[in-house]
Formats: sequence, structure tokens, C-alpha cells
Amino acid sequence: MDALNNFFFIALPYIAFVVFLIGTIFKYRLQKFKFSSLSSQFLEGKKLFWGSVPFHWGLMILFFGHLFAFLIPKSIILWNSEPLRLLFLEISSFIAAICVFVGLILLYIRRLTDERIRMVTTKMDIFIELLLLFIIFTGMYTAVFYRWGSTWFASVISPYLKSVFRLSPEISAVSAMPIMFKLHIIGAYLLILMTPFTRLVHFLVYPLNYLWKPYQQVIWNWNKRKVRSPKTPWSIHRPKNN
Amino acid sequence: MDVRSQISMVFHLDKCIGCHTCSIACKNIWTDRKGAEYMWWNNVETKPGTGYPTKWEDQEIYKGGWEKNMGKIRLKGAGKAKGLLNIFHNPHLPVIDDYYEPFTYKYLNLIESPEEDTQVTARPVSMITGKPIDIKMGPNWDDDLSGTPDYARNDPNFKNLSAGEQEAMFQLERMAMFYLPRICNHCLNPACVGSCPSRAIYKRGEDGVVLINQNVCRAWRMCVTACPYKKSYYNWGTGKSEKCILCYPRLESGQAPACMHSCVGRIRYLGVMLYDASQIEAVANSDDEDLIKRQMDMILDPFDPKVIASAKKNGIADSTLKAAQDSPTYKFVKEWGMALPLHPEFRTMPMLFYVPPLLPVMATLSNNDVESQKDTLNPISKFWERATKYDASMDNIFGTVDDARFPLKYLANLFSNGDEELIKITLKKLMAVRLHRRDVTVGDLSKEMVAESLKEVGLDTEMADAIYYLTSLAKFDDRFVIPAAHREQAIEMTEFTGDRKGDAGFGFTEHPARGL
Ligand code: SF4
Ligand code: SF4
Repeated sequence: MDALNNFFFIALPYIAFVVFLIGTIFKYRLQKFKFSSLSSQFLEGKKLFWGSVPFHWGLMILFFGHLFAFLIPKSIILWNSEPLRLLFLEISSFIAAICVFVGLILLYIRRLTDERIRMVTTKMDIFIELLLLFIIFTGMYTAVFYRWGSTWFASVISPYLKSVFRLSPEISAVSAMPIMFKLHIIGAYLLILMTPFTRLVHFLVYPLNYLWKPYQQVIWNWNKRKVRSPKTPWSIHRPKNN
Repeated sequence: MDVRSQISMVFHLDKCIGCHTCSIACKNIWTDRKGAEYMWWNNVETKPGTGYPTKWEDQEIYKGGWEKNMGKIRLKGAGKAKGLLNIFHNPHLPVIDDYYEPFTYKYLNLIESPEEDTQVTARPVSMITGKPIDIKMGPNWDDDLSGTPDYARNDPNFKNLSAGEQEAMFQLERMAMFYLPRICNHCLNPACVGSCPSRAIYKRGEDGVVLINQNVCRAWRMCVTACPYKKSYYNWGTGKSEKCILCYPRLESGQAPACMHSCVGRIRYLGVMLYDASQIEAVANSDDEDLIKRQMDMILDPFDPKVIASAKKNGIADSTLKAAQDSPTYKFVKEWGMALPLHPEFRTMPMLFYVPPLLPVMATLSNNDVESQKDTLNPISKFWERATKYDASMDNIFGTVDDARFPLKYLANLFSNGDEELIKITLKKLMAVRLHRRDVTVGDLSKEMVAESLKEVGLDTEMADAIYYLTSLAKFDDRFVIPAAHREQAIEMTEFTGDRKGDAGFGFTEHPARGL
């Protein structure tokens, strides 16, 4: 048992993070063409709406919720000191989880039943969808049967995750956790591990900078005006377009 | 003044024979690939008709282009807020059925089938799923179908034509149509660029070609919605959007784009135009009535010393300036004022201009005065002999433009944002040149009448001859004036030659840097 715990909660996170970092950087630099959300809305748009929208928004809420609880656990504990607020937090996160769960199932059905979508489905898509379903299911199970996860996540799991990042993993707390919750964490590590090999990379390039960029964009391969200006050093290189 | 150069195009619609050679040339070079089968970067539509994708001009459906709201323009169906909020599901994205599902036939069946009692057939199969399909639509599905209820009558440009006017267009004897070849307009205020959240689309500074960087595109597919001309296409195979690249690799080696090179009717012209980039925003925001005029004003005179000086300051090469002075598009658009942009009300400021067609408009003379012509009615083929000469009696040739069989309003909806006067004057110019040439070659017209008609539209005989030359006789090099920067210096568009000095010639793709 100890060996298993050591592997899943000490070795796996490091493997996952290293593969994630190297893999995504490698992919971004050398296989940029593969960096895409690979949207299939063009082939089928109606069923996609009912799956994609709840899935993505729900996932965003859950992702930032987890991130928040990990980075500033104190604030969550403080917030939860009032039972009504705790209930509100738990229920709203659970609704988000249901959205993700239902959305995923609809997406999965669409992927398997729609003729056209089947043509743009890879084995990796299926794998990742099942993995996500697994993670969300174990997460929901934990939320229902091991109550007030938002509180104990902040006080138990955040320290563990932080210890992982501090390179001195402290796993006694997670080792004592129920199996469903352990599976949830393991699923999450697997997801991180697999990210660079799947379409999931698109969440890394969510185009937030669009908000502050001007609408129009003109690029000179070779800006003669700039090059000829005496202030420009002669060694100036062209901007990279491709 | 911030002078930039732009490769612009003029299509002379009277000359288009609707042969689709252009579309095929483009398809063969660029879009004959998986995921791109349905794309026609160049397509030719029959007008009136619904076009490709179906009813693309109806922005209530597709939400393309810019719209003016409280004095400022914004994207109708995309933009910062809408784009990012709709990123998981874009409600205005056309789906493949709006274009057509690409298909092929099982030709091998015809050869490999064993002997049977029944005739072997080559069934159509979808090029997406590979399964047999019922073909509902295909490329140019509404080709030449003017007058049909499903296509011509659903043309969005009929929006403000009365029922009577529409009916008149569809009477069997009067029915007319023309062809509208379309490519990406390489706009000055491109909606596709504005809508791209990952900033993958850009306008090339050197020549204004609008391109999508395939390495940066992330399939957010906002450009497909935003381009009001539906000239940005989503490749469902690669998960990247693609569009017409104006054959820039050909341009850079001094060749005309494939569609233009192969054009059978020789309707296409391509050349440099200089424009003042500092005005783009103001012009795009101008009032509906002024849009065309202000876009035309933005295009600068390449002979003006002031323009030349500031162009040089911006690093525009002398050879490009020379190309701008010889540019056939500058002549059609600015000097002669004969070419208009397609749907200027979308406010993208297209740089592809059309000489509107005169022929479908003129051919109605026979409808005048039926009674007095009765004696010339050919009893067998039932046409009025005198009236078949389409220049007719000449007395009030311009009068006929108004009761043309194509209501001017229809053409105005296409090319001038509803301004019929603008269409009328353009058509009158076309007619005046014809009258002048008839006077020169046949000489059966009254000299005063010809002189009068030229004067009315502000042309002189020299100009009329020049128009005639460029329209009918122009050689390849007159129709396509491609600046030298695109030939011997083309390498500089993408590489700093200094960087490459001393590199090993052929064979190496890696910079020969010292190993560590
Ligand atoms: S026609 Fe469409 S795709 Fe082409 S530049 Fe204009 S907005 Fe962009
Ligand atoms: S090749 Fe030329 S004449 Fe033929 S359809 Fe195309 S534009 Fe028209």
C-alpha cells in the first residue's frame, strides 16, 4: 500500500508535471500547427451547443475554484466559517459539476453517434473524454459522500499539493483519504500528464490578450520604413510570421 | 499621410462568361485537399441568385461585417465581448450544409462491377463520411438558374424591390442574369482580422494581402462569421481556418494569381494602389452615403509629388511606385470612375472592384413602343427586327437605362449601397465608350450625339479609347502590373538576406551555427 501511495502521490505528480511542461513547450515551439481546439462545430452545431456550453463554463468554474482553494486556502476556510455561505459554495460548485457531467455525456454521445463527427474523432479524444468523465464522477462522489470538501480540501489537500511544489512531498494526509477521492487526484494527474498529447492544449492558449489588442493587425515581413530609420540598429531582424 | 501600397483587383462583369475556369484553377492549386473540398476561394455566382454559401449576403442570418452603432462601428457577430463569450459555441457559425456536403462518385463500380442484369451505377458518396448520400447541393448548384423560385427569387438583394419590379425581372421574355465571380477582397478594414481572438489573421504591410497564420489559428472560427463575404473557410480536417491568399507565392515571383491568369473572359485586372492608411478608421466609420466616395478619396494619386515623397518615406520602393502609376486598377477605379466595391455597406472596405454589367440592363429596348414597331415583328421568331440592335435608335439611349429590364435598384443594392445615381453614371460611361467606338468603326451615328454623350459623363475621346483598349485589347502585361518588389526582391519579404550570407547553398535547412 505504501509503495502504491508513494507512486501515485509522489512519483506521479512529478512525472505528470515534467511531461506537461516539456511536452507543451515542445509542442508549442515545434508543432505549432497541432495547437488547436479542433472545433467540430462546422460539421454539427446544434447538439454541440447543449454539450459544449455547460461543459466549458462548468469546467472553468471548477478549475478556478480548485485553483483558488489551492492558492489561498485561508480565504475559503474563512468564507466557510458561516454555514450558509458554506452551503452556497458547495451547492454552486456542485451545480457546475453537474453541468460538466451532463455536458460531457452529451458530447460523448454526439461524438459516437454523429456520422460526421465520427470522422474527426481520434482514439485520444475518446480516451480523454472518458478520463474527464471519470474525474468528474469521482469528484462528485466525493462531494456527496464526504461532506464539505471545500473546507477539508483547503485544510488538507492544499498543504499536500504545496508540499509537492516545495519538492518535499508530505503524503500522510492524502494516504488516509478514501479511495474515491484518491482516484480523483490520480485522474487529475493523468489528465495533466496527457495534456500535451491531446487537444486539451487549447486551454493554454485561451486568447485573453484579444481584449487589449487593437482590432486591426498589419505585419510587415520586412518593415522598410523601420529598417531605414537611422535609429534602428542595422542588425534588426524581421518579425516572425510563420 | 501614411502611404501604404495594396494589390487591388478589378473584375469587369460585362466580360465574364461564367465558365468557372477561375474556380477550377484555384481549386487545383490550393483547395483540393481533405477538409478543404467544399471551399471555393474563388467562386462564380449567377445573379440574381442565392450564392455560396446560400444567401451569404443576408447578414441577418450570418451576422458578418461591421455595423454602425451610435457613431462607432463594431463587428456584427463577433468582436471582443461576443467573440470570447461565444467561443465554446458560436451561434452564428455557418455549418457545412450552408455550403454543401462535398461528394464524389464511386467510379470504380463502373469498371469493377461483375456482369449484372441491371445497369451499373456510380453512386454518390460523401467526401466527409464516405457513405452514400443524396446530393442536396453542390458547387454552383444555382448556376444559370435565374428566374427559378428557389434560387433567383430568394436573392437577398431584392429586399427593397417591389413585388412588381421583381416580377418584371422574371418574365420569361425579359429575364436576365449576370455572373459575379468572387474572391477574398483583401479589405482595408478586414472584419476577419478584427474578429480573430488569437490574432492569427493579419494584413501584410507590403502588399495588403490578408493571410491566416496556420500556426497561430486555434479554430476559434470567428473569422468565418465575421467575414461578410464568407471568404474565410473552416477546414474541418486540420482544425484551422483558411482563405484566399491571392496566390502570394505566385505574386512574389511575378506571376498573376491563378484565377486571373486563367480567366477566359479576361475580365480580371490586378495592380497596385496607394492609399492613406491613417484614414482607414475614419472612413470605415463614415455615413452610409459617403462610404464609397470616402473610400475612393483615400486612394492616392501615384503621380502626385507629395504622395510620392511620403510613399518613399514609408519605404515603398520606386518599382512599386512605377507599378502604381501603370496600374490598370487605378485607372478603372479612380481615373475613370468605372468600378465599384461589392456591398460597401459591410464596411470592410474591399479592395476588389467591379465594373457593373451593362448588357443585362440594356437589352430591354424592344419593350419600348411595341405598337409602332408592329410592322417589323418577325412573325416566326417573334422579335422586333429594329430593336434587336441593342444600341437601337440612339435618340434617348440614356433614357433607356432607367427602364432597363434589370432595375437599377438591384445593381445599386449590390455595388453602391443603394445609390442608383452612382450605378447610372457608371453604366452611362460604359455606353458612351460603346457609342464612341461605334462612331469610330461604323460611323453611323451623329457626331454631336456621340460628343454629347461623352461630355455628359466627363470623358473625352482619348479616355474613351484608353478604356476601350484596356477593356478589349489589353495584353497580359497591361492587365496585370505586378511590382518588381514581388520578383527579384521577393526573398526580402520573408528573409533578411544578410542573415543568410555565407550559408551553405542547397540542401541545408538549418542555419550552420557552430556546435557547442
Ligand atoms: S473579404 Fe472577408 S476574408 Fe477577405 S479580407 Fe475581407 S473580411 Fe477578410
Ligand atoms: S474564368 Fe473569367 S470569364 Fe470564366 S467565370 Fe471566371 S471570371 Fe468569369
